[in-house]
Amino acid sequence: MDRSSRIPLEFALEVLAAVRGESVVVTTMSTTRPWLRTNDHPLDFNYIPSTMGGGIPLALGIALAQPSREVIVLCGDGSLLMSLGSLVTVVAGGAKNLSIVLFENGIYEVTGGQKLPVTRRPIDYAAIASASGIESVIGFDTATAWQSEASDALTLPGPRLITLRVERAIDGSGDVGSMQQQIVRFRQAIGSAR
Amino acid sequence: MISGPQIVRTLADLGVSHVVWVPDSTTGQWEDSLEAAEAIELLRVCREGEAWPLAAGLYLGGKTPLVMMQITGFFESGDAMRNVLFDLKLPIPSLIGYRGYLVEGSTDTARAATEPVLEAWGLSHVLIRGADDLPKLIRHWENCRDQNTPGVALLAEKGI
Repeated sequence: MDRSSRIPLEFALEVLAAVRGESVVVTTMSTTRPWLRTNDHPLDFNYIPSTMGGGIPLALGIALAQPSREVIVLCGDGSLLMSLGSLVTVVAGGAKNLSIVLFENGIYEVTGGQKLPVTRRPIDYAAIASASGIESVIGFDTATAWQSEASDALTLPGPRLITLRVERAIDGSGDVGSMQQQIVRFRQAIGSAR
Repeated sequence: MISGPQIVRTLADLGVSHVVWVPDSTTGQWEDSLEAAEAIELLRVCREGEAWPLAAGLYLGGKTPLVMMQITGFFESGDAMRNVLFDLKLPIPSLIGYRGYLVEGSTDTARAATEPVLEAWGLSHVLIRGADDLPKLIRHWENCRDQNTPGVALLAEKGI
């Protein structure tokens, strides 16, 4: 991977939106607002307000409850570092229908761009995921490669970790709407309304 | 002491589909029974902060999860619990090990903080001292379910 190359965040999301099909998409933290500007799908769960590091476990729960659906969770590297063990939990949970798309930018974007505690050398998230037992691990650092291979990446044997090295962009604007309304809509869409 | 088969029967009667847990020395003795239970899936997490959002995902997906951890893990997972039970308002029940409750003269700070912290959160809770209290546990969780609120059962324990 070319460590100097980065994919624009908005473009990375556009590509994902084009290939997600009928997958559930869970967004968290700084992916939520840019995702919401161009996406409004009943199978989206925009996890704001959330708890740092909670996106992957929440998506795992949906994947286990709905094994016939593919679930994609969008997660930043700061969030993953808050809960690295969740990769192990994903493997232990046994869900094959889960894709973790990791947006790697080296900062806490949601709080204004402070550095992660990663200053000496880049973290090899792919290696961590592989060592944790994640079945398929693939990384992209150019827009062209991501665009041409995103669809295939999402059909690799699961669970999957897809790392995207993205540009740094601080984006705190935009309304995320009512969580309670979203929960009702999401549960109706997946047929789990009580 | 509640046996593994007793807790499995109780949870199955309540319709619990998944137990999301980090064990302690008391609940850990239920591991074989929970693992063998046909109607219940046991999900292990690496830290308690994962348990609440995992249970939330299960609930959103149509399942009926229960979170099981010791009070120390409850403290550790406070933000995740806050988010799931209060932001998302999901009525997920939990069984929390009340460390040190059965130790006479205990100076365990975890024990001292248990009930004040639950009360500060406004979480409805009952104390379960043993198998004789299982009907109380069932009534509590059923009441909480009817009111669409999360219910906590505090399991009286000796040590870690």
